[in-house]
Amino acid sequence: MPDIAIQANGLTKWFGEGEARTVAVQGVSFEAHFNEMLYFIGPSGSGKTTLLSMISGILRPDKGTVRIEGNDLWSLSENKIADLRLNHIGFVFQDYHLFPRLTTAENVAVPLILKRKNWSESIELARHYLDVVGLANRADLPPNKLSGGEQQRVAIARAIVSGPDILVFDEPTASLDGDTGRRIVEFVKKEILNEKRCIVVVTHDDRILEYSDRIVKMEDGRIIGVEKGGAHA
Amino acid sequence: MNGILKIAYKLLVNDKGKFAALLMGITFSVFLMIQMTSMFSGMMRKASATVSNTGAKVWVMDRAVTNVASAIPMPDYVLDAVRSMKGVKYAVPLYSGAGLAKLRDGTYQAVTVIGLDDTSLFGRPELLEGRIEDIYAENGFVIVKDEEYVKMQSPKLGGEFEINDNRGVIVGIAKVPASGLFGIPTLYTTLSRAIQYLPSMRFTTSYVLVEPASDRDLAAIKESVARLGYEALTEDEFIGKITHWYMYRTGMGMNLLLMTAISFIVGLSISGQTFYTFTLENLDKFGALKAIGAKGRELVSMILFQAGITCLAGYGLGIGLCAGLIALARLRLPDYASVITYPNLMLAFGMVLVIAAVSSYIAVRKVLRIEPFEIFRG
Repeated sequence: MPDIAIQANGLTKWFGEGEARTVAVQGVSFEAHFNEMLYFIGPSGSGKTTLLSMISGILRPDKGTVRIEGNDLWSLSENKIADLRLNHIGFVFQDYHLFPRLTTAENVAVPLILKRKNWSESIELARHYLDVVGLANRADLPPNKLSGGEQQRVAIARAIVSGPDILVFDEPTASLDGDTGRRIVEFVKKEILNEKRCIVVVTHDDRILEYSDRIVKMEDGRIIGVEKGGAHA
Repeated sequence: MNGILKIAYKLLVNDKGKFAALLMGITFSVFLMIQMTSMFSGMMRKASATVSNTGAKVWVMDRAVTNVASAIPMPDYVLDAVRSMKGVKYAVPLYSGAGLAKLRDGTYQAVTVIGLDDTSLFGRPELLEGRIEDIYAENGFVIVKDEEYVKMQSPKLGGEFEINDNRGVIVGIAKVPASGLFGIPTLYTTLSRAIQYLPSMRFTTSYVLVEPASDRDLAAIKESVARLGYEALTEDEFIGKITHWYMYRTGMGMNLLLMTAISFIVGLSISGQTFYTFTLENLDKFGALKAIGAKGRELVSMILFQAGITCLAGYGLGIGLCAGLIALARLRLPDYASVITYPNLMLAFGMVLVIAAVSSYIAVRKVLRIEPFEIFRG
């Protein structure tokens, strides 16, 4: 298995046309490695989320390439990209985006069901991952009966249930209080990250920087610096 | 069930408020559509009652006849001419007219009088009581025991009444598959007595009923009758002509059709809008699914499945509601005209499919256009 999970080269993205055109990301290149928790930090509008979207296959860059485990992501067809997302990338969205009409276990099982796994096997595996994130006793509740921290853990269980190599976290602590946010990121660092997995986190929460392996600082769509994360301090 | 469709199903039915609103929209739309069309079918069935009850294969009539009640008497030679046509096995006359019966208590009641061919009694109804031979007895009439029977004060065998100062005696009580449209009792007697009792014009044959030697002779008989200046129609063609007349010449059909169209539009509006709102509320979830790796066709199948389930359930409930209401109405109004037919059901099903297709088309467009990137941007 290659050491490099993600290789971005000269990524550029702009929005709008003519005079209204604004550059969101400009000529960004970086590598993310397995067993690494890579943080992107920067002020609002610095292009973090746009960059995250381009490296996870949901926003096509205007220039540049993204290689996921050696495969040129944006040269693939839409369906192949969807398959790659389903099989190799796990998402934890800022607002979780859990289905309020499904139980917690069913929410976690969604990626497995999209992979055409049997329903009952998917639910069984989902319950296992809920146990991993410490929510075994919440499996049959709807997400709106859970606290913010618990919902975040459900979202994490959903992201890891299909065994992706890459996890992308968008502002994972934005909706949580300080203690809960720290506990969750610590849990991710200790329990979820391993030598077969790479985690990319976009945040502007300084309180969780201590768990990072590397920090990429962004401003105005450019990388302005890379430094060792708090985990190596 | 496929896992993705199971998710779609749970998303739909677990949102009880929206699901109930969707079901109500479709159910009432189907209910109204079927109610309107079944009312029309029921009325047409009643309007064609004499035709279907008589059971003749071919009816010869004046070309200007639009429905059974508007019979235009034909000269006697028409009967003879038809009888002599090639391919005619036999032909008999039929009289159809209206009269006023004076009942025992002195009240008057409008009646339909059918005069059957004296020799063959072709087209006679099935008797529940009495003997058909007694129709030849003095003043003999057979009364149909249907919803209108009570209007003749539910006479027994031997019961008496008067028509144009002529005495009439009930010698038989009969049943027929369908009763008439205008809510008046039906009496059968011989043709000779019918024209004797009721004021008649110069000609007395309302219709000539024909039994062709074989179905192959139908075309030749029609052609020969047309050469005479009259029209020969099969039973189905005559019923079709009556239906056409009521539908396009009386305004009744167009009004019911309009109501059916309005029901369809109401159903389409309610369910279309509710389904669209339902999709809008779940748009971020569909976007999340797309980001996770769901393909466009999977999201489309989810929406189509949701629309299909809702429409089928609403269709079933609408039919049930309509059938229940018709049954309930018949308890109070025995001659309530509505009848649910397969064509009604097919029409309503087709319209429900259109509602499902339009509702889901709007939702599909919205879902396919959503960019997962929007989910990240929040």
